[in-house]
Formats: sequence, C-alpha cells, structure tokens
Amino acid sequence: MAARPVVEARGIHKHFGAHHVLKGVDLVLAERELAFVIGPSGSGKSTLLRCLNRLEEPSSGSVMVDGVDMLDARTDLNHARQRVGMVFQSFNLYPHMTALGNVTLALRKVAGKSSAEADALGQSALARVGLADRAGHTPGQLSGGQQQRVAIARAIALEPRVMLFDEPTSALDPELVGSVLAVMRDLRQSGMAMVVVSHEMGFARNAADRVLFMDQGLIVEEGTPAQIFESPAQERTRAFIGQIQKH
Amino acid sequence: MTNWDRFLETFFNAKMMARYLPDILQGALVTIQIAGLVIVCGLLLGLALALLRSIGLRPLNLLIVFVVDLFRALPPLVIIVFIYFGLPASGVKNWGFIATWLSLTFVLMAFSEEIFWAGITSIPKGQWEAARSTGLSFGQTLINVVLPQALRLTIPPLTNRTIAITKGTALASVVAVGEILGMASSAVSNSYNPSPLTMAAIGYLILFLPLVVLGRWLETRMAWKR
Repeated sequence: MAARPVVEARGIHKHFGAHHVLKGVDLVLAERELAFVIGPSGSGKSTLLRCLNRLEEPSSGSVMVDGVDMLDARTDLNHARQRVGMVFQSFNLYPHMTALGNVTLALRKVAGKSSAEADALGQSALARVGLADRAGHTPGQLSGGQQQRVAIARAIALEPRVMLFDEPTSALDPELVGSVLAVMRDLRQSGMAMVVVSHEMGFARNAADRVLFMDQGLIVEEGTPAQIFESPAQERTRAFIGQIQKH
Repeated sequence: MTNWDRFLETFFNAKMMARYLPDILQGALVTIQIAGLVIVCGLLLGLALALLRSIGLRPLNLLIVFVVDLFRALPPLVIIVFIYFGLPASGVKNWGFIATWLSLTFVLMAFSEEIFWAGITSIPKGQWEAARSTGLSFGQTLINVVLPQALRLTIPPLTNRTIAITKGTALASVVAVGEILGMASSAVSNSYNPSPLTMAAIGYLILFLPLVVLGRWLETRMAWKR
C-alpha cells in the first residue's frame, strides 16, 4: 500500500475575475519529495502554491494536506496552516521584531508554547539556518540572504509537513543566493517535503525529484530533472528550457 | 509715558496679572481636563473605528466613512454650538463642558480614524500573508504584526492632528466654560486691560509645548533599527 501523499491537490481552478489563472491542475506530493515548478511568468505557478495553503481561495478543486481537507469549512484553517510552511520572494519578515521574535510569534500565538519553549525552539530553528548568532538582530540589520533564512526558520519552527517556496531567491543579490539554496538543500536532506517555484535550474537539477513545467494555467509536462531538461517531450517545454539555457 | 511703557502697561500689566492669575490657573485646570478627556476618548474611539473598518464589512464601513467624513467636514465650533444649544439636555449641569468634550472627541475620533486607517492599509500585503501562512488569525495578525507597524507610521500625523484639535478647547469659552480663554476674556472685560490674555497665551504655551515634545519623543522611541 502506498503511503498517503503529503499534498494532494486535484482539479484546481482559479479565476481572478475574467482571468482564468489555473485551469485544472493536479499536484500530488509524496513524503520526502521535492517538486520543482518552472514556467514563464504568469503561468500560474505562484497561484498554485498559494492555493495549497489557501492564501488564495481555489475556485474549484480539492486540496488535502497531510490528510486534512484544506478547503472544508469545518477545517480549522489556522491550525492546518501550521503544517504548511511558506517562504516568500520578498521575505516578509516583521520589521519591528528581532529574528527570534519573527520565528517565535506563531509558536507562542498559534502553537501555544510558553515564551521559554518558543525561544528554545526558535533558537534551534535559527541554528538550523546558520543564524544562531543573529537572533537579536532586526530584519533591517540583516542581509537579504540572512533575512530569507530567518523566514525559512520562521516556517520550519512550526514543524510543517511540507514547505512551499515561492521564488525564494529571486529578490536576492547573486552572491547571497548560495546561502539560501544551501539551507534548502539541508532541509531536503532532512526529508522535508517541498514544493519549490524558482528559476534556479542548477538547484532543480541536483535537488529535485520531479520537475513540473507550467504554462497558461496548466501543467504541460512533468518528469525527472533529466527528462525535463535534457529531453522534454513538449514543444512548449523545449522552447522554455531553450530560452532559459541561453542565459 | 513712552510707547514702550504703554505697551508694557497694556499687555504685561503686573498688577492685573497678579490679580487674575488664580482665575487663569483655574481655567488651565479646566482646559487640562477637557484636553485630557478629548485626547484619550478621541484616539481610542478613532482606533476602535479603524479596527472595525479593517474587518471589511461593507455596510459597516460605509457607516464609518459617513460618520468620519461628517465630523471632518463640520467646523468644531459648529458642532459645539449644535450640541450645546441643539440637544435637549441643555439643562444638565456643566453642559458646556460636556458639549465641548463630546464635540472635540468626535472630531479627533474622525481624523484619527482616517490616520490609523491609512497606517493599517499602508502595511504591505506580504506582512498579512506571512503571518496568516504561519496560522495566525486575522485578529492576531492585526494586533501583533500590522498594528505595531501602523502605529509607528501614524505617530507624526497623529501628534499634529491631536494638538490642532485639542487646542480647540479654547472654543469652549463660547459656551460659557471657564477654561483658560473663557477666564481670560472675562478678566479682560472686568479689568479693561488685555494682560490676562497674555497670560492665557503663555498658559497655552506651557500646556501644549510638552505635547509637541512628547510627540517627538514618541517618534524616536517607536522607530526600530533599520
């Protein structure tokens, strides 16, 4: 018997007014799997990611995370969201709090930990992203790469079952990208299930189990990194990969 | 008598000042009472309205915007006179005091609601999304993430508005409240000498300069390290 998938999204449609952004997307993510989503801008990658934790409300379809129906009105969404960590392109750290404050807020308010427990968990999450010594710094005192690692620590401190990365390195200076990818690689090795929307093809090649190519609201093609990057079956995939590799 | 002597005699008449100082002090006490009540009630009501508005219930928001626009459009003096003469409670003791307090409270409520609201809406959507994605509720996000940032942004305009509106306590003299200006005016009528007005001006400086300084202090205190 196959293990229950961590994420099981079926038939996701999303309309923004007259704009049909997702046109029936399925995404099933196994335990410990890393799915890498590529595609041109406007193809619906980010929207798909945001439907998984209901930052966007899917127009139709179903989303199960760790066996919990995310779209059921009876689901305690705030509770369920702890199981889905999310990292944003623009970090979105709380500027009025220290790194540790950022990491511990949800631990205290949502997970119901005492301040001491939250601080201990927060410290260990910061240590995991290599920033134990920056706990007392505010986001403004940290580099972009450090801020994004704090954002990762904020998500993993809640011990999610899956991590969603929405272009986590797109806002970073090139020399800072490596530190964030290293943390993501660590996370991957620890067995965290991950869905990554990104343009870091190098990372996709050596860390992804599966690459999904999206275009115009549909998953056009999916397969192993080798399949997608070396011998894509679809013309659109080939064109996109070709364009990217020109750079 | 030189012009200079005449000037001093008129506006800085020591005898007159000494005679009416107790009146002015008593008026200052009333001014402080009205001002304190207006600041506390006006800001709390304004914040409450802004928080209610952030929930996003359309009929409620239309009502809030209507009330706020009403009190922003009407001159404070008109509101004071309207409440003082217009409402049936005119016989109530200290009605002038109450009318002034209510009027300025509503005006400060209206202006501060707009300022708080502007502060709340200026916080990037990403802050909401990050907080909600970790499981924080709407209210927890508002209180712990959005409001602390919004309040910091609102302090400079809020201080300005609060001072501008609180100075309107002088309008209470129109409805026979014995605050600073009211006391000074009657002293001038009784003494045929404007020195009490000079004292009133000094009194206002003593009362409101600290507010300005407090605003500055809050601004620096609320700033976080960049």
